Amino acid sequence: MILEVDGLQIHYGTAGGTVRAVDGASFAVPEGRIVGLVGESGCGKTTAVRAIMGVLAENGRRAGGRVVFKGKPIDETNTRPLLWRDIAYVPQSAMSSLDPVYTVGAQIVEVLTKRGRHGKTAARARAAELFDLVGLSENRLRDYPHQFSGGMRQRAAIAMALALEPSLLLADEPVTALDVIVQRQILDTLRALQQRLKLSMVLVTHDISVVAYLCDEVVVMYAGQVIESGPVREVLGRPRHPYTMGLRNAFPDLMSDALELVPIAGSPPDLADPPPGCRFTPRCPFALAACSTRPAAIGSDRAGAGNAHVSACLRDGEADHLRTFALDPVTWQRSSAYATS
Amino acid sequence: MAALVSVRDVVKHFPVSRSLGEVVRRARPVVRALDGVSFEVGAGDAVAIVGESGCGKTTLGRLMLKLVEPTTGSISFDGAALGGLKGPALREFRRQAQLVFQNPFDALNPRFTIYRAVAEPLVNAGIAEAEHADRIAAAFRRVHLPDLDRYLDKYPHQLSGGQLQRVVLARALVLAPRFLVADEPVSMLDVSVRAGILALMREVRDAMGLTAIYISHDLALVRYLCDRTLVMYLGTIVEDGPTEEIVRRPRHPYSRALVAAVPVPDPDQSRQPLPIKGNVPDAREPPSGCRFRDRCPHAFARCADEPPPLRAIADGHRVACHLEIA
Repeated sequence: MILEVDGLQIHYGTAGGTVRAVDGASFAVPEGRIVGLVGESGCGKTTAVRAIMGVLAENGRRAGGRVVFKGKPIDETNTRPLLWRDIAYVPQSAMSSLDPVYTVGAQIVEVLTKRGRHGKTAARARAAELFDLVGLSENRLRDYPHQFSGGMRQRAAIAMALALEPSLLLADEPVTALDVIVQRQILDTLRALQQRLKLSMVLVTHDISVVAYLCDEVVVMYAGQVIESGPVREVLGRPRHPYTMGLRNAFPDLMSDALELVPIAGSPPDLADPPPGCRFTPRCPFALAACSTRPAAIGSDRAGAGNAHVSACLRDGEADHLRTFALDPVTWQRSSAYATS
Repeated sequence: MAALVSVRDVVKHFPVSRSLGEVVRRARPVVRALDGVSFEVGAGDAVAIVGESGCGKTTLGRLMLKLVEPTTGSISFDGAALGGLKGPALREFRRQAQLVFQNPFDALNPRFTIYRAVAEPLVNAGIAEAEHADRIAAAFRRVHLPDLDRYLDKYPHQLSGGQLQRVVLARALVLAPRFLVADEPVSMLDVSVRAGILALMREVRDAMGLTAIYISHDLALVRYLCDRTLVMYLGTIVEDGPTEEIVRRPRHPYSRALVAAVPVPDPDQSRQPLPIKGNVPDAREPPSGCRFRDRCPHAFARCADEPPPLRAIADGHRVACHLEIA
């Protein structure tokens, strides 16, 4: 495992009290694999990634847990030297990470000379090489960010992230703002680069179809916790946690014969005051009385070089049975017997 | 069924800022947002307009609501040309045709209470204040927010995204319109909530007998809303037909690329390579002839010489491609 996150707790101090944005999340990234970190807004996926890089917002702090990179525990005191060289970041909106008043080339050269040890001439040659790698013409290095289309800016941001040959790439919604055709081109580029450069990658997204297309493994987060993880084919093909089952039903599928999307009633809990027990209980059609008092632990089994399929559900033993019920839209119309609101 | 909305040869050019050279040459460069678009929408129909950013879909929606005027061509609503509407007839059109905004978080004024936001269209339409409460209550029932007292005094930031989108929809319905244009109505919502809003929009449409246009970049989503889809590319309609036909058997090479590019949540789905290269060209200087030709794997000489007309290949299915005609 190139990266291990163990019982991570991130708290934000707000006027409304302490928000437990990440509350005991554990997952691991196998070397040379692409892991999708998936969940809806506010589930803690972006916070988790920012915590790995040691760049939390001012009111955020790590309240517990460990992050281990290549066998070495890291936190905000010692991640800075790792950034760019070992761990690099691709943001959702490349426009906000690129400075509008410098050419794109100048910004890549700056990373290479200031963060790396390249001389000016070598840096320029390397910048051209990087542009070529991500499918941009090297004469566009002289352009300013506003002269690029959204897809080109995203390619430039990927080129910049790869400048100092990191081994782990953290990408936060890298294709979300893009049109589908451009999105596909960027995903294909990411996959090709990952294989060619033997990268390990964490892809943060809300889009399970992007996970299905690109990722080897997936970690599903809900309300600050990891509720299911494992190989993509298993987790999305045979989900074991009711939330993942619900997500599959709610997600549009261009090739599916079912012409009905099934919503999950309710909304995620307030993380300043999360319910005890499993946090999905108020929205779960399969919840038992015990679910609202006792949180289910999630295992962390290994399967060969990767992670095994695990789920944090008290009824995990009945998952195959529940899944057949989850396919019926009627199941999701019945509100949980343990709804709190 | 008779057409409620009819769009004929609509062209819309937007002027763009000029370079010094263009000023000297007295050139007036324009973005050709729409370049000859014609279609009809039957009363009670739901039509999706899909395409990538810059294809003209949002401009088309705004033209149908008379929020912008076409450069040439005409649009009529219920038999009357929008260009000639004035006074009481224009006010009546404004009541009958409503826009559902894209982003519920931006669509409502953060300093207005929900009541004020929903009452605003009633005030603008000159509806007597005595009727407001009943009309608002009816609109809130339609969008399944029956306990409206819980919401009316709140401000937008106190509501969840799903609740806000229901309020935005209620605001569009409060004048009992006949025609709705929804521009990316759910793109900002979380997946688990989005499905509920889509079902609600279908239900409202059926219950009120609305004619609706859904503008979206997401072909996978419109499948759950519309029986008919228009595919747009660089200001032109390239394909117009039954949504399921377009999804299962896309005829235009661009529609095929669009369908192939949409990711599906099934990890066992076979991955076809993208049958298209490059990027959408600059709308200031679109290619001659067929606008898709420089990215089309099947382009031949004729494609550069003449733009392919949008022609019927089956009942209710039109395609603008020289290959279909040849």
